[in-house]
Amino acid sequence: MSLTLSDIGRIANLARLELTEPQSERMLSQLNGFFDTVEQMNAVDTTGVEPLAHPTAVIDHVSLRLRPDVASEPNNREANQKSAPAVERGLFLVPKVIE
Amino acid sequence: MNAIHELGVLELAAAIGAKQTSSVEAAQHLLARAQQFASLGACLAFNEEATLAQARAADARIAAGERTPLLGVPLAHKDIFVTKDFPTTAGSKMLAGYQSPFDATVVQRLAAQGAVSLGKLNCDEFAMGSGNDNSAFGPVQNPWDVTRVPGGSSGGSAAAVAARLMPAATGTDTGGSIRQPASFTGITGIKPTYGRCSRYGMVAFASSLDQAGPMARNAADCAALLTAMAGPDIDRDSTSLDHPAEDYSAAIGRPREGATAARPLNGLRIGLPAEFFGAGCSPDVLSAVRAALAEYEKLGATLVDISLPRTELSIPVYYIIAPAEASSNLSRFDGVKFGHRAAKYVDLIDMYKKSRSEAFGPEVQRRIMIGTYVLSHGYYDAYYLKAQQIRRLIAQDFQSAFERCDLIAGPVAPTVAWKIGEKSDDPMANYLADIYTLSTSLAGLPGMSVPAGFGAGGMPVGLQLVGNYFKEGELLHAAHAFQQATDWHSRSPSGFGS
Repeated sequence: MSLTLSDIGRIANLARLELTEPQSERMLSQLNGFFDTVEQMNAVDTTGVEPLAHPTAVIDHVSLRLRPDVASEPNNREANQKSAPAVERGLFLVPKVIE
Repeated sequence: MNAIHELGVLELAAAIGAKQTSSVEAAQHLLARAQQFASLGACLAFNEEATLAQARAADARIAAGERTPLLGVPLAHKDIFVTKDFPTTAGSKMLAGYQSPFDATVVQRLAAQGAVSLGKLNCDEFAMGSGNDNSAFGPVQNPWDVTRVPGGSSGGSAAAVAARLMPAATGTDTGGSIRQPASFTGITGIKPTYGRCSRYGMVAFASSLDQAGPMARNAADCAALLTAMAGPDIDRDSTSLDHPAEDYSAAIGRPREGATAARPLNGLRIGLPAEFFGAGCSPDVLSAVRAALAEYEKLGATLVDISLPRTELSIPVYYIIAPAEASSNLSRFDGVKFGHRAAKYVDLIDMYKKSRSEAFGPEVQRRIMIGTYVLSHGYYDAYYLKAQQIRRLIAQDFQSAFERCDLIAGPVAPTVAWKIGEKSDDPMANYLADIYTLSTSLAGLPGMSVPAGFGAGGMPVGLQLVGNYFKEGELLHAAHAFQQATDWHSRSPSGFGS
């Protein structure tokens, strides 16, 4: 299986990236080179093997913890918005989404 | 007393505790030294006022009679940890000038023990790289040969410690990013068991792999630092393990059962995976590693042949899982709440695309593309799920191996540090160079790099030691015993020593 330039365009759109034509071509050859190496995974029989997400789950059960749904952090709006590109009256500004 | 920059963590803490110097004096000396060697590219941000305020506070605690193993000792953080006192960039244009409203848990814990923060250290963009040549703020030079890379992604941390700019630094390791740069610069570094150190406040790359750890001159210093850094962070990191913190400094001083003065490692079984000693490893690295293993035998250890049959598969498995998680984590950079926003765009989607394409470097974009593809509809099972299944087999291989040995040893990387620019245009060459560190990361096991001699071009070679889950104490103990018998760890690059 090989990716094509139109695949690169589709993936870039999903990833919210904008690639120039030369960038797309470079990306295509690099990704195809990479996926050649990935092919060796197909030779491994993984029938019945449980996927491993938290590595220490190999030796012990790891469960995701829940905590009470209460506010634990103080209101720190000013510091939190300090590095935002555009803020007005405590709100994050974005281009118009709904006409 | 030796010059301040010649002292390791524990030595400097002792000197400060004995009032031979002060934390303020040490911080001023090291800040000046960091400026003097700014051309290495290791340091990204300073804040002298904040550093000296922390040093004065440490001196006040000392004057009040308090002593801790880190009290007053200056160190710096990889620029992946968010800090209130310094900007945090993660080596990316995306976060240029970003000011975090809080400190990462690891930063907080070290500060609570009295460590003083000198600033922030260069790294590969979002910790993605093996040579520190993917930083938006320029490459880092290896102090042993400034035309070579220091390794990555914690390259600034490694170069700063090796060049004696500071006694220690924090690093993070997702696929080898502590061990490999430690190996390339002749310092000691440990990545603990996944979940040992909190990920809270570490700019996320691959959440099921990222782990923080210390980088320093020797195992005893790493033990003191890791004791402060590790421990549960239950409310802030959902993958933090609820496993009690340990005193690793005590662990390295505790004699093994059956130990004698000449043979402190009597009874220790060290497994050598055949796959780590094959044709893929260059002869200069192999000969340094074998000489180090002979030293281990003298210290009483027994060498056992083992196999990690899926070592080669760790490359595709890692380079599927890590980019998949990275593409999700990095979707937060949208030019809205923080980070770069393009100056010109036509609508919201265009703003996302232009902001991200302008600010992410080529390697980061490549990994986002791989990750987005393998997680996309119709490909998830064939790639991400399959990789996670093989990940379990790789982790199980280690468990079988540990039935026959206590530790696993081998090279950290197949070669010594390469020339800056040599691999920057070839992503696959970089990925392949990670072969000996990836499987440990996938399995979430603790691993370290211990200086073991020199290879081609007089460049340092590290011995990798891997332990079973939660065996950081045993790892550090074995590294410390080796360092009591050898002096590779105390060599300094010419021009940076006393």
